[in-house]
Amino acid sequence: MLPTVLLGTRKGFIAWHFSKNRWQFENLFFEGSPVSIAYADARTGTWWACLDHGHWGVKLHRSNNRGKTWEEVTAPAYPEGEVIKDGIPATTRYIWAMADGGKNFKSRLWIGTDPGGLFMSEDKGNSFQLVESLWKHPTRKEGWFGGGRDQPGIHSIVVDPRNENRVHVGISCAGVFETIDAGKTWEIRNKGMRAEFLPNPDAETGYDPHILVAAPTNPDILWQQNHCGIFRSVDAGRNWIDVGQAEGPANFGFAIAVAEDNAEQAWVAPANSDMTRTAVKGALCICRTDDGGKSWKAMRNGLPQENCFDIVYRHALATSQDALMFGTTTGNLFFSPDRGEKWQVLSNYLPMIYSIQFAE
Amino acid sequence: MATVKFTYALKKFFPGLKETSTGAHSLQEVLHEIEISHPGIRSYIVDEQGSLRKHVNIFIDGSLINDRAKLGDSFSKDSEIYIIQALSGG
Repeated sequence: MLPTVLLGTRKGFIAWHFSKNRWQFENLFFEGSPVSIAYADARTGTWWACLDHGHWGVKLHRSNNRGKTWEEVTAPAYPEGEVIKDGIPATTRYIWAMADGGKNFKSRLWIGTDPGGLFMSEDKGNSFQLVESLWKHPTRKEGWFGGGRDQPGIHSIVVDPRNENRVHVGISCAGVFETIDAGKTWEIRNKGMRAEFLPNPDAETGYDPHILVAAPTNPDILWQQNHCGIFRSVDAGRNWIDVGQAEGPANFGFAIAVAEDNAEQAWVAPANSDMTRTAVKGALCICRTDDGGKSWKAMRNGLPQENCFDIVYRHALATSQDALMFGTTTGNLFFSPDRGEKWQVLSNYLPMIYSIQFAE
Repeated sequence: MATVKFTYALKKFFPGLKETSTGAHSLQEVLHEIEISHPGIRSYIVDEQGSLRKHVNIFIDGSLINDRAKLGDSFSKDSEIYIIQALSGG
């Protein structure tokens, strides 16, 4: 297990560290500022803080020394004159995803934003440029719309480690898009998904993959926790199959994680549907499948089972080897050392948790 | 020379920020001037399309500006320009 976790929370960037056989608070940065993503670049150890200042806009900071010092870099910005739709100027409203470009592109970073722009840096994040091909995709203006946020947003960026120019992105609400040429061209990968909230459930775009992840041992196997179920693809997104439980609890939710050593094993954090967005029956559980989604086991040992309102946001469930950690909307942080068999509470007093990442 | 004052909240990000006099003739010129002395500050006040951020206000002689999109409001050489955050959020 990696010994650090970075938390993006409503009130700051929080680091915890595992030492002497227990997790301990390490530090707090940007106290009071919402941090949409707390990200560690595994290649360099650089920490990134994606800030969502209520007043001052979206800002981006990085640290090369575990937060001892931070440097503000220019946040992704839309070119002058760009519009979300006619009459609505395009500005960066939120940073919703960050990913490194892989081992062969050491200077490359990706950022996904609300209102739907993907940005790329080829200079280690000193500057980010809008990926025009996706922004100008013919489906965007009429076929993408807000889901979870007022405008469309890119919350998932999955870089294929075998070919790092191949990237899948997840967009709410549009669906899954794939490039094999580092963003020059894009294919829609929505076949098999459902969009029960649309007048035409078989639309080309408009789907709501809450989060998209790839299996580390086989990047052709993609998983997504979708608004309309849990979907899995074994052919890099060309076809999707619903593997959720129709009667729950593994059905609606936001987060999903896949085991580092097993493409068949994944965890989801169930929630009541979009009608309430609360814990299912007032109880918190994590559901695990060991067989590619054919069956799910609800894991509750150590989690609150009554009077509970917590749900888990899309970036707030993470795994590292046998360890799992998740954070909730009510500021609870839970850890499992054994793939979810039992859970321990690390804190009940944190701010709302937006993101969790294991790091060195 | 008009006077430009700033909310204390901006000093959290730009500690050297203080009241200043300006010979600028427009709010755009004011922003240009303070961006030179405090690089990056413009992006805290306006977005990348040049519009005043939703939760930021600019007052000229006690009155809220009208043109939040292009900052076309005028002022005189005796004016007091106050850049302040809106009271919002929790």
